Amino acid sequence: MDLLENISLAITGLLANKMRALLTMLGIIIGIAAVITIITLGNSIQGTITDTMQEMGGNNIMLMLQNRTAQMTYTVDETDLITEEMLETAQQMYPNEISAFSASESVGSGQAKDGRKYSNLSLSGVNEGYKLANNITMLAGRFINDRDMLRESQVAVISDRTAQAMFGSVEASLGGELRIYCGEEIWTFTVVGVYEYAEDSTTAMMMAMMNGMSAEADIPTNCYMPVTTSWRLSGYAEGYSQVTVIANPHVDSAQLASRLSDFFERSYYRDNVNYTVYAMSMDTIIGQMNSIMSTMSLAVSVIAGISLLVGGIGVMNIMLVSITERTREIGTRKALGATNASIRMQFIVESVIICLIGGAIGVALGIAGGTLGANLLGQPSRPTLSSIAVAVFFSMAIGVFFGYYPANKAAKMDPIEALRYE
Amino acid sequence: MTQQNNLNPESSLPAEQSPKDLIIQMNRIVKTFNIGQPNELEILHGIDLTVHRGEFLAIVGQSGAGKSTLMNIIGVLDRPTSGEYFLDGVDVANAKDQQLSSIRNAKIGFVFQTFNLIPRTTALKNVELPMLYAGVSKSERTRRAKELLELVGMGERMGHDPNELSGGQKQRVAIARAMANDPAIILADEPTGALDSVTGRMVMDLFHQLHREKGKTIVLITHSKELAAETQRIVTISDGNIVSEQRGMA
Ligand SMILES: Nc1ncnc2c1ncn2[C@@H]1O[C@H](COP(=O)(O)OP(=O)(O)OP(=O)(O)O)[C@@H](O)[C@H]1O
Ligand SMILES: [Mg+2]
Repeated sequence: MDLLENISLAITGLLANKMRALLTMLGIIIGIAAVITIITLGNSIQGTITDTMQEMGGNNIMLMLQNRTAQMTYTVDETDLITEEMLETAQQMYPNEISAFSASESVGSGQAKDGRKYSNLSLSGVNEGYKLANNITMLAGRFINDRDMLRESQVAVISDRTAQAMFGSVEASLGGELRIYCGEEIWTFTVVGVYEYAEDSTTAMMMAMMNGMSAEADIPTNCYMPVTTSWRLSGYAEGYSQVTVIANPHVDSAQLASRLSDFFERSYYRDNVNYTVYAMSMDTIIGQMNSIMSTMSLAVSVIAGISLLVGGIGVMNIMLVSITERTREIGTRKALGATNASIRMQFIVESVIICLIGGAIGVALGIAGGTLGANLLGQPSRPTLSSIAVAVFFSMAIGVFFGYYPANKAAKMDPIEALRYE
Repeated sequence: MTQQNNLNPESSLPAEQSPKDLIIQMNRIVKTFNIGQPNELEILHGIDLTVHRGEFLAIVGQSGAGKSTLMNIIGVLDRPTSGEYFLDGVDVANAKDQQLSSIRNAKIGFVFQTFNLIPRTTALKNVELPMLYAGVSKSERTRRAKELLELVGMGERMGHDPNELSGGQKQRVAIARAMANDPAIILADEPTGALDSVTGRMVMDLFHQLHREKGKTIVLITHSKELAAETQRIVTISDGNIVSEQRGMA
C-alpha cells in the first residue's frame, strides 16, 4: 500500500475528528512552539548583543577594579582607584598594542537653559579615547582632548539636537556659552564641539517609557566634559573604577588582557589587600554572553523535551483508542489481504501525520511568538532554519516512536477476532 | 488473474490429489477453540469437503453448527487445528501469515453479513482497496473499480461514503470489492441476512450473474432454504459435522 494513500487516509481520518486531533496535538504544539519561540527570541537578543559589542569594538578590553575578598559590601577607597598615571605607564609598557584608553564618569542628568530655550542633558565626564571607543561622529568643532583634561577646563561637546535647541544651528553653537542646571548647581560651559546624535532605538524606547512618552525633543542627549572637570565639579575622587582599553587592530586582545592584569597587579596592586585590577577582553565577554544564552536555550530545550514527551504519550494514547475503535476495519482490511506490515505502516503514518501537523502549527506559533517578543524588545526577529528543521525532525521522530506500539498492536490483531469485535 | 499460477506448486502434489477442477480440497478438518484451557471446545469434528471450480455451493445448518468457523478456514482467515487443506492446489494449512495475506488478497473475495465497508471511504476507494494491497497501479485500480461498480449497478453512487448508502447498496459495493482482484472463490457468510427480501433477492441475482457470466466459484452460507435451493449443491452442517449433501436446482 503506497505512502500517498496512507497519508490521504490519515488526513481524512483526522478531518473526521478535528477537535480530538487538535487536543491530541496540543502537547506537541506547545512543546515545539516553546522551542521555536525561545530560539527565535534568543537569537534576536544574542545577535543584538553581539552586534552592539562588535560595534563597540571586539578588540577592546575592559579594565575594572575587582574585590579580592569577593565581599560586595566593601567600599572603594580613593587609593584603590585606577589613576591617569597608571594608564600612562601601561601605555608606555605596551605602545604597539594599546591605541588609547576610553574612560567615562557619569555626572547625572541636567538641563541647559537660556530664557525659554532648554535642552535636557545627560552629563558625562570623558577622556579623548572615549570618542574612538564609542564611534562618535563629530559635526563641528573638536572632541574633548588631553589639554582640556589637564586644565580641567569647563568645555562641553553637545549633540546637534542641543545645538539646534539652544543656538539655532550647529555652526552658531561653537564657542557659545551654555548654562547648565544640575541639581542645586549652575555651571557655565563653552561649547567646543557638536556630535551627531544617533538615535538608538533601545535607549529611546526606554527613555520614552521612563518619561511617560514625553516629546521627542525632551529625550536627554549626552553632553560631554573632560573627566577631570567632572571630578572637580562633582567632588568625586580622582581616578577610575573602570576603563576601556582600545587595542590596535592586529592585537590578540585576550592575550593583552591577561598581560594587563599581570601588569597592574605587579606594579600597583600587589600590596592592596582589598582590590586588584581585572582585565577582560570584549571577545571574552561576548563569549560569556553567548555561553549564557546557550545554557538558557538548553534549559528551555529540556522543558520543551518534557512537553514533547507528554505530547508523544498523548498521541500514543489516542492511537490506542483509535485502533480499538477501528478494530473491525482492521479485521476487514486483513480479510481483503492487508499484510501485518501494511497495517503497521498505515497507523505509523497516521501518528506521524498527527505529529507533523502539530509540529507545523507549533513552528508557526513559535515564529509568531518569537517575532512578537523580538518586536517588543525592538529587535529584528531571527528565526533559524535549523531550528525549524530540528522541530520537524523531532515531530516525525515522536510520531514514529509513539506510533509504533499502537500500530504494532493493530498489525498483530487476529483477523477473526477483529472482525467479530462489537 | 495471473497471480493464481504463481501460487500453484502443482508439481509438489500427487496427481490424483490435484485435479485441475478441484478448487477446495479439505480432508478431516478439525477446529478446536481454547486449546489447553478448561473451556476447550471442538467445533469442527473432521470435515471432508471438495468444491469444483465454477461451482455454486450453499452451506446450511442451525445457528452454532460451525458454518462461520468453516468459512473462516476456507477463506484462510483461520487455520484448522488439524487436517489437510488445499486451496487451488496450494497447501495452506502450513503456509506462513504473510502468504495467507496474499492468498486472501488474490484468491478470496469475502462478502459479510454486515457489509464491513471501510467508513469515511468512498464506494470507489472501498472497491480499490484489495487492488491497493495487490500493488495495482492507480489508473488500473480506478478503471477496474469503476467497471465493477457498473457491473453491480452502483455506477451512479461511486463517490458516496458508506453512511450515505442503503443496506442493499452497501452489499453491492461489498460484492464489487470482493471481485476486485478477480478471485478464484467468493465466500459469502449470510450476505442477505441483514437485508429485506426484495434487496436480498437483488443480491442473490447478482451472485447468480457472477456465477453464470464470470464463472466464479461461490460458497454461500445462508439460513434461507429457498436461497440455498437455488444453488447447485447444498451442504448441511450439524454440530460440526457434514450431515448431508443434496443437489440444488441450479
Ligand atoms: N473464537 C471462538 N472461541 C470460542 N468459541 C467459538 C469461537 N468462535 C466460534 N465459537 C463457537 O463455535 C460454535 C460455532 O460458531 P459459528 O460462528 O461457526 O456458528 P454458525 O454456524 O456460523 O452460527 P450462525 O448461523 O449463528 O452464524 C459456536 O458455539 C461458537 O460459540
Ligand atoms: Mg455464522
